[in-house]
Amino acid sequence: MIPAAFDYVRASSAEEAISLLGQYGDEAKLLAGGHSLIPLMKLRLAQPTVLVDIGRVSDLSYIRDAGDHVAIGALTRHMDVETSPMLLEHVPLLAHATSHVGDPQVRHRGTIGGSLAHADPASDLPATTLALGATYVVTGPNGTREVAASDFYQGYLTSVLAADELLTEIRVPKMNGAGWSFQKFNRRAQDWAIVGVAAWTRGSESGVGLVNMASVPVLASSVSSALASGSSIADAAALAADEADPQADLNASVEYRQHLARVLTRRALSEAAG
Amino acid sequence: MTMTDQPTGVLGSRMLRREDPALLTGEARYTADLVVPGALHLAMVRSPYARARIVSVDTAAAVTMPGVRAVYSGADLADTWAGPMPCAWPVTEDMKNPTHLPLAVSQANYVGDAVACVIAETAEAARDAVEAVVVEYEPLEAVIDLEDALSDRVVIHDEIGTNRSYTWDLKIEETEGACDAAFAAAAYAVKERYIQQRLIPAAMEPRAVLAVPQPFGGDMTLYSATQVPHILKVMTALTLGIPEHQLRVIAPAVGGGFGSKLNVYAEELLCVALAKRHGVPVRWTETRSEGCQATIHGRGQIQDIELAADANGRLTGLRVRLIGDMGAYLQLVTPGVPLLGAFLYAGVYELPKAFDFSCTSVFTNMTPTDAYRGAGRPEATYAIERAMDSLAYEIGIDPLELRRRNFIPTEKFPYEAYTGLVYDSGNHDGAATLAAEMVGYDELRERQRSQNVPGATKRIGIGLSTYFEMCGLAPSRVLASLNYGAGGWEAATVRVLPTNKVQVVTGTSPHGQGHETAWSMIVAEKLGISPDDVDVLHSDTAIAPLGLDTYGSRSLAVGGVAIAMTCDKVVDKARQIAAHLLEANPDDLEFAGGEFSVAGSPDRSMPLAAVAFEAFTAHNLPDGMEPNLEAHTTYDPPNFSWPFGTHICVVEVDTETGETEVLRYVAVDDCGNQVNPLIVDGQVHGGVIQGLAQALFEEAVYDSDGNLRTSTLAEYLVPAASDVPPVITGHTVTPSPTNQLGVKGVGEAGTIAATPAVINAVVDALSGLGVRNVPMPASPNTVWSIINAAQGGSQ
Repeated sequence: MIPAAFDYVRASSAEEAISLLGQYGDEAKLLAGGHSLIPLMKLRLAQPTVLVDIGRVSDLSYIRDAGDHVAIGALTRHMDVETSPMLLEHVPLLAHATSHVGDPQVRHRGTIGGSLAHADPASDLPATTLALGATYVVTGPNGTREVAASDFYQGYLTSVLAADELLTEIRVPKMNGAGWSFQKFNRRAQDWAIVGVAAWTRGSESGVGLVNMASVPVLASSVSSALASGSSIADAAALAADEADPQADLNASVEYRQHLARVLTRRALSEAAG
Repeated sequence: MTMTDQPTGVLGSRMLRREDPALLTGEARYTADLVVPGALHLAMVRSPYARARIVSVDTAAAVTMPGVRAVYSGADLADTWAGPMPCAWPVTEDMKNPTHLPLAVSQANYVGDAVACVIAETAEAARDAVEAVVVEYEPLEAVIDLEDALSDRVVIHDEIGTNRSYTWDLKIEETEGACDAAFAAAAYAVKERYIQQRLIPAAMEPRAVLAVPQPFGGDMTLYSATQVPHILKVMTALTLGIPEHQLRVIAPAVGGGFGSKLNVYAEELLCVALAKRHGVPVRWTETRSEGCQATIHGRGQIQDIELAADANGRLTGLRVRLIGDMGAYLQLVTPGVPLLGAFLYAGVYELPKAFDFSCTSVFTNMTPTDAYRGAGRPEATYAIERAMDSLAYEIGIDPLELRRRNFIPTEKFPYEAYTGLVYDSGNHDGAATLAAEMVGYDELRERQRSQNVPGATKRIGIGLSTYFEMCGLAPSRVLASLNYGAGGWEAATVRVLPTNKVQVVTGTSPHGQGHETAWSMIVAEKLGISPDDVDVLHSDTAIAPLGLDTYGSRSLAVGGVAIAMTCDKVVDKARQIAAHLLEANPDDLEFAGGEFSVAGSPDRSMPLAAVAFEAFTAHNLPDGMEPNLEAHTTYDPPNFSWPFGTHICVVEVDTETGETEVLRYVAVDDCGNQVNPLIVDGQVHGGVIQGLAQALFEEAVYDSDGNLRTSTLAEYLVPAASDVPPVITGHTVTPSPTNQLGVKGVGEAGTIAATPAVINAVVDALSGLGVRNVPMPASPNTVWSIINAAQGGSQ
């Protein structure tokens, strides 16, 4: 469990981090909480030659009320998201989903931005922010741009982030009293979900995000369309796997994943409506 | 809830473990913690192929890297070994045992098989150099499936010409043909096939080795995270051609083993060989993925079991056919593991002499298997306990009732079984009754009837396991009859120091069990002193030269009893001295509370402390008596010990997702008298969770090319505390009559009992859906698929 040799530089601001990324290009990786990157490096599945540590860029750790949404700094640790009174009031689905990430040690080190930028479809937060219609703020050498969560994920562990860009803020619309549910199905509490469902409903509106059901987080828009047009929860949930393209692994066959997505979506919608 | 008639005093008290403060504060020193300046670091180059010819090994680039001292291929070191890696259990005369060297020379036979190694000044330099060693392989077809291996379609080891290692038969019949006749006449018969999946032991502390050459004279000290320093010393000496007396083996703090550290490994031999060759210390610490690939695996059997029963459900015949998965090579006791289970296939039940057992073991291109917590006995117990549930289903009676009809009656103990082995003591109905009361068996059956209605998606299941364990390994003559390459005795020395502090030297080698606490309690009880005044010395062959180490739940029933016997010898000698000084007849002296007194004259007394000092000064000892108060015992047990109990698991299966939730788990264990019930509970808790893990979580998964797909703890699902239920423990106490402490052993009981209890519960939950068996681990996906198949559909 010894990583390949690498250089280490510490950035003291987002601007410095972006500048360093520009300097080192594809050779560099950002180090935030390290709970995705370091294990890959120890197994030598990732061998960056430079780590740019942004762990001490403290001005990217915040949770702010921004009117119709809550703005979360990318370096906010999971434990702060999970326990934030503002998020518990305005975006309880995100706070609750975050409480299912890894284990307490992971949640005290890992960051929301690190989890989203890693773009692992099996992680809880990409699908959750997708279901919530979040917007990500991305900062690069030429300033900032906003990317909808639904446009951010390109493939397995791949996002629209350029090599010299940094995810700096996550903007999550307030839920305004919507019912919600987070269903995480796994065999051990600290594991990634075999299948997970993040769902909210408010009247005829809804959002359903699926964890680990494709190479990217999946928005189950067929379910929301069916609900909007008056389908029952059971009928809508039966469409849950329609946008999905799951893989088989040691925990689940393709068929089982599809089945779980339908069952868990039904349970999530029932709980959200409850 | 405990039924106990134990003596009051130190023995039987829930004393906190003296080992724990150092372990919990991180002060305990494990092998990898030992600071040795100048030690070189060993790193292994391992085969990425399950079976491949080694065409060439190019070390040129690696050896020039910074900090690298040397790089060796298997061929480079072939002359270093005086013998191959040891297998101490040639179970049959004609057993096939392919050559197994610490570094493979011409062919790699599993993913992880070492083919070259590096020593370097730092672990980082060694690791980097591993990547620079260029090995050219010619991949060969790998054999993964046991029945495919049996067919010899592809023969793994050319030198033995077959994949069969051995066939071992045990047929016990009153008259020839009795077993076949029993099946012919059976009112009920069941025939089942069970698969014991491979398990990865995953001890908390990985393996670690440090070999330190001593400054003068060629002596070598080998530190290793091992369960068996004494066995390791003998085997290392033989394999390397080192005079045994020049080798000292020390097991520092060892963080669990579960059998996986009951072995002699390539890295141990390499560290010693290279430390000798280079004249400097050499060390190695395993990574977790190496632990998954290159430390032995457990289980790995296909079991075919048939039960014959009369109209009342009483067993009349038993037939077992096993295929054992040896993996690529035979490790220390690999071939013997199925034999350890052979005697337990009838469990706690009366069986006439109509028993027909045969095991054929085969080589495969996977990590070698060997003893893993229970070693053969969990497999046997699983088969009989699952088959008893099948038989109950066949007859249409409650599984508990069927068991009761077959229990060996309490009044028949000591009981000579069909195998000729004598079970020391038992009260199977007592344990079952207590467990049923504690779990609320009748109410649960009632709840099950009302809940498991057609269409129900949450179904209750109740699983029983009424287990037997054969432990206290072992009478040496019995081991001889099984061709085991060592005895089963244990050694103890008790030394009362001049100030009445006591040193105990034991040949057992604890690696988490709490021997220091338990052994000090035995001595304290025996000598009437405080446990705090007892120091327990162990796990260093220079301090404890005689011993056969710790495995097979043997330490208390053999090693602990040896200590008690030695204390008696100390008291006998002290009595002679005290009588001499008190001018009394030794027979008139009473010894209690650490003091000798003359019967009827309470004013004439002498504490053991005074006797100890007199023994030390030797100023006034009886004529001819040697100074000092010390005694030694090497104890060969007259019998195995036979712990037993009843575990009951209650589950709720979600038929929509296939998920199993354990609602309640009750473990009633009878391990005879308990030295420290707190330690007993700890062993039961850990054992139950490990057994439950086999049932629901764990499996070493290989693909058809022989790649291990579960080589990290992200894929190999060792459950954490949050994933498992609380374990409710209860005990009955049926002392063993074969040793003076009345103890039996409890290290493996939980693992043996739990696996069938859990699976029986899962199958019971689904029996109304037509499910009769669920393979292990009963993962949600597997259970969901089984339900679909039983319902005649697939989704």
